[in-house]
Amino acid sequence: MDARRTVETVWRMHSARLVASLTKLVRDLALAEEIAQEAFVNALEQWPEKGIPDDPAAWLMTVARRRAIDLIRRERSRDQKYAQLATRLTTPRDTDDDLLSLIFVACHPVLSQQSRAALTLRLIGGLTTDEIARAFLVPSATVGQRISRAKRTIAEAEVPFAVPDADELPARLAAVLEVIYLIFNEGYAATSGDEWIRRDLAEQAMRFGRMLAGLMPREPEVHGLVALMALQASRFPARTGPDGRPVLLPDQDRSRWDRTLIAHGLAALARARSLRKPLGPYTVQAAIAACHARAVRFEDTDWEAIVALYDALSQLAPSPVVELNRAVAVLHLDGPRAALAVVDALRDDPRMAGYHLLGAVRGDLLVRLGEYAEAAEELERAAGLAPTRHERTMLLERAASAAAAA
Amino acid sequence: MKVMVMIKGSGADEGKATPTQEMFEAMTAYNERLAKAGILLDGAGLRPSSAGAKVILEGGTTSVVDGPFTEAKEIIAGYWIWQVNSFEEALEWAKQCPVDTSLGARQVLEIRPYAEAEDFGEAYTPEIQEREERITAEVEARHGDGN
Repeated sequence: MDARRTVETVWRMHSARLVASLTKLVRDLALAEEIAQEAFVNALEQWPEKGIPDDPAAWLMTVARRRAIDLIRRERSRDQKYAQLATRLTTPRDTDDDLLSLIFVACHPVLSQQSRAALTLRLIGGLTTDEIARAFLVPSATVGQRISRAKRTIAEAEVPFAVPDADELPARLAAVLEVIYLIFNEGYAATSGDEWIRRDLAEQAMRFGRMLAGLMPREPEVHGLVALMALQASRFPARTGPDGRPVLLPDQDRSRWDRTLIAHGLAALARARSLRKPLGPYTVQAAIAACHARAVRFEDTDWEAIVALYDALSQLAPSPVVELNRAVAVLHLDGPRAALAVVDALRDDPRMAGYHLLGAVRGDLLVRLGEYAEAAEELERAAGLAPTRHERTMLLERAASAAAAA
Repeated sequence: MKVMVMIKGSGADEGKATPTQEMFEAMTAYNERLAKAGILLDGAGLRPSSAGAKVILEGGTTSVVDGPFTEAKEIIAGYWIWQVNSFEEALEWAKQCPVDTSLGARQVLEIRPYAEAEDFGEAYTPEIQEREERITAEVEARHGDGN
C-alpha cells in the first residue's frame, strides 16, 4: 500500500488530539498546529523506511512534544515553565479534555460561522485547506486566509483553552452543535452549485457529532443531533434518481434507505431521551425524522405525531422554516386548505423573501386545491430562486404542468 | 464509507480460555477510543458457535448443521460497523485492536466495505474526477482572480 497515503491516514486519525494536546502545552494554537505539522513531516520521512510504529499516536505525540519543549527551551531557557513542561511530557495523561477544549475553541462565538466551520474541519477533522476549499466551493487561498485570520482572532481575543464552565456551557455547546449541523447541511443539501449530495462532508459532520457524544455522553442534545444527522443521512441512497435528479420523500424507494444508519439514529434518539432532561430542538427534529424512518410506506407516516412534534419545535426554536415544515405535516393530517393557512401566514416574513421552498410548497398546495393559474405563477417564481439546477428544473416542470391544467 | 469489521478466532480454540478482566478492560478502552474518534456505528459480541447453527441451501434442499464448528479455521466472535474516511483508516484502527487471548493464538480481523451505490471515499473514478474538475472550473468562474 502507498506509504504516503498510510501516513496521511494515520495523521488524520490522530491530528485533533495531537493539536489539542500541544495547544494545552504551548498555549498557542498556531504554534501548536505548526509543531504538529512538523511531526507529520517527520513521519513522512521516517515511516516509509522504518515502518509504521506500533502506536503511531504515541510516536507523533512524543516527537511533537519534544519539539515543543525544544522551542520553548530555546526561547526562555531558565523559565519555570520548562520544568512544568518536562513533567507533562513524561506524564501520560488523558487527552479528552484537551480535545473538547479544542472543539470549543474552534467553534468560539468570536469567530464567524464560516470560520468556525473551516477551523473545525481543519483542527478536528484533520482536513487540508484544499479539501475544505473543495467542500465549500471556494478557492484554497480564501480558506487559508480564513483559517489564519481565525487563529489570529482567537489569540487576540485571548480565548481560554478550556472546556466552558457550567453557566457558560449551554450557550457554548449550542454554538458547537450549530457548526456541526451547518457542516452536515452543507453536504446534505448543497446550497450552491450542482451538487445535490456531498456525502463526504455530511459524513464528516456525523463523525464530529459522534465524537462529541463520546466526549459528552450526558448531554442529550448531542445525542439528539447525532440521531438527526443519521436519520437524515439514511435517506441519501434514495434521494437521487438514476438520472441524478432529486427524489422527494413521498416518492423515495424506502428499501434503499440505509438501515444501519436508521438503527444507529434511533439508538441515539433513545439515548437522548433516556437522559431525562427537557427535550431540545435537535432531539425533537430527530424524533420527527424518526417518524419518517419508522414508516414502511409514505402512507404509514404518523402525521399526528409529526404535527405535535412541530408544535413543540415552534415553541422551542421558532423559525419560519419550521413553520413551513409544519405546514407540510398539516397538509397530510388536515388537508391543503389548513396547510395553506399556515403557509400564507409566512408570506410577509422578510426572512422568507428569497427562500424557494416557500413558493414550492405554496404552489403544491394551490395545485391540490385546483388553483392552477396561481400555482403556476408561484412555482415559476420559486424556480427563479432555486439554488441548484436540479431543483430549478423540477420546479419549472411543475409550473408547466400546473399551467397546462389551468 | 461504512465497513464491517469481523473479529475471528479459530474453531479449535473456541471456548478453551475465558476472557480475563484485563482483556475486558482493554477491549472496553478500545471501544471507547473508537467511539470518541466518531467512527463507531454499531458493534456486538457473539456467543460461541456451540450456540449457533448453519443452514445449508444446496441443490434445492436445505439442511441444518448445529455448532460448534470446531473444524472452522475462522469463527466470527463479534463485529463492528465503522464509518471511516477511507479503507486505509479502517486498517489502521484494526491494527490497534487489543489481542483477545480467549479467541486462541491467532486472531483475524476481516474488514469488508459495504456495497454502496456511490462510493465517493475510495475509488477515484472518472466520474468523480469529472465532478472535481467541474467544481474547480466553477470556483474559478465565480471568483475570477482566484480570491
